[in-house]
Amino acid sequence: MRLTLHVWRQAGRDDTGSFETYQADGISESMSFLDMLDLVNEELAQEGKEPIAFDHDCREGICGSCGVMIDGVPHGPKSMTTACQVHMRSFKDGDEIWVEPWRATSFPVIRDLVVDRSPFDRIIEAGGYISVRTGSVPDANTTPISKGAVETAMDAAVCIGCGACVAACPNASAMLFTASKVAHLALLPQGQPERYDRVLKMVDVHDEEGFGNCTNHGACEVACPKGISVDYIAQLNRDLVRATLSFRPEKGTAE
Amino acid sequence: MSRTASLYHSTVGKKVLMAVTGLILFLFVIGHMLGNLKVFEGPESFNQYAEFLRTMGYPLIPRYGLIWVGRIFLLAAVGVHVYSAWQLWVRSRLARAEGYRKVKDLSFSYASRTMRWGGVLILLFVVYHILHLTTGQAHPDFVPGDVYRNFIVGFSNPLVVGFYVVAQVALGLHLYHGVWSMTQTLGASHPKYDRWRRSTSGALAIVVVVGFVIPPVAVLLGLLS
Ligand code: HEM
Ligand code: FES
Repeated sequence: MRLTLHVWRQAGRDDTGSFETYQADGISESMSFLDMLDLVNEELAQEGKEPIAFDHDCREGICGSCGVMIDGVPHGPKSMTTACQVHMRSFKDGDEIWVEPWRATSFPVIRDLVVDRSPFDRIIEAGGYISVRTGSVPDANTTPISKGAVETAMDAAVCIGCGACVAACPNASAMLFTASKVAHLALLPQGQPERYDRVLKMVDVHDEEGFGNCTNHGACEVACPKGISVDYIAQLNRDLVRATLSFRPEKGTAE
Repeated sequence: MSRTASLYHSTVGKKVLMAVTGLILFLFVIGHMLGNLKVFEGPESFNQYAEFLRTMGYPLIPRYGLIWVGRIFLLAAVGVHVYSAWQLWVRSRLARAEGYRKVKDLSFSYASRTMRWGGVLILLFVVYHILHLTTGQAHPDFVPGDVYRNFIVGFSNPLVVGFYVVAQVALGLHLYHGVWSMTQTLGASHPKYDRWRRSTSGALAIVVVVGFVIPPVAVLLGLLS
């Protein structure tokens, strides 16, 4: 199959960047989208041109490194699928495809399709963890957790931090990411001691990083390759309001 | 910073303000819509109801006392609602300074995409509506106190009715997303009821639109005179 690609090229953070058009020839249906980009890059390299930079690692939909706007949709046309798992059979011969990096002021473009997602790391650093003593492995079943709680927590914990929620959100909000991290710990017994401090701090950093505000559009849920529900955002909001209204000492909370 | 102040400064806190003021306005809108339906009880009953609103609590409270308390309260709610919407709008624009060349809007609904401009339309409508039926400057033949007559004369013009209908549809869309969004913002979610949240807000929006549209359309069709 033969495709026309319009790819965002930007040499570095300070470069203005622009779209370049490439013809991708001899694409097989069973290639992944990233395999297709590899093929284009090989040709570019042979012509002595700079290959297209894009993030990738596992190529099996679990690491969250990949992720670009493919024809206006984060991770491309296939729902609940990362860009590395989208196969070229999702496209037709002769298609014209626009490939762009995530666009958010908080995610500056580093090069071509690669953006700086370190704001996510800082949101996690603010509270996306539990403080426990390390040591020997605890005995199985010392902390019983109901099946329902485990499943709801897991449905939030599947977040791979790819940033598609920010990319899809008309407000460039990272609420689905933040909410999935807040909710998965809030639903488990291990997450309880720091539950309210966590939500205060993580939302604080979310806002400081310059993400937009969630207006409950729901585009994030549609774009999420793991199908995480916006119901978790409601849970985050509830916890945040509770944390604010609670009479527990304010020490150790968000400054 | 105290927790309450930090909530206010957060994006979620501003949304909580919008949700609380939105709820106040929504409850007012329901009450107003039900009150309007009293027009079908005839001129006497309708005018009496209007007089009651002006004299609630009289003689303990002066004429127009409580109604002004209500007006100021609602005005404050509108002010907070619109100001927060503006602040968040600005913030969202900054959060995506550079847009996409090609982008598909994946939002759940047309209603969610039109909250901001729809809100502006509602605000303009409310200003016109007050000049039309409360103070009378935008009314062709306003008689202070004769609410029923002002109502009938005001809606005998199809253009006016048309604008009211458009505004009510805008309000309906705003509420379809807004009431759902409010449950989301206030964290009023529960796995048991989550699948009902959208349909309930849709049903409430339809009730509001239909309830508001019936009386003006009835005047136009000659069912009220
Ligand atoms: C009768 C009048 C109104 C009612 C009953 C109403 C009700 C609501 C409700 C219930 C919400 C949901 C709040 C939330 O997201 O949690 C909302 C959101 C919103 N309203 Fe209103 N509203 C009214 C007038 C207005 C006006 C006049 C404007 C603007 C000029 C406006 C702009 C907005 C915007 C932009 C949102 C979305 C907020 C967001 O999601 O960030 N509304 N409204
Ligand atoms: S490369 Fe790891 S998720 Fe796509």
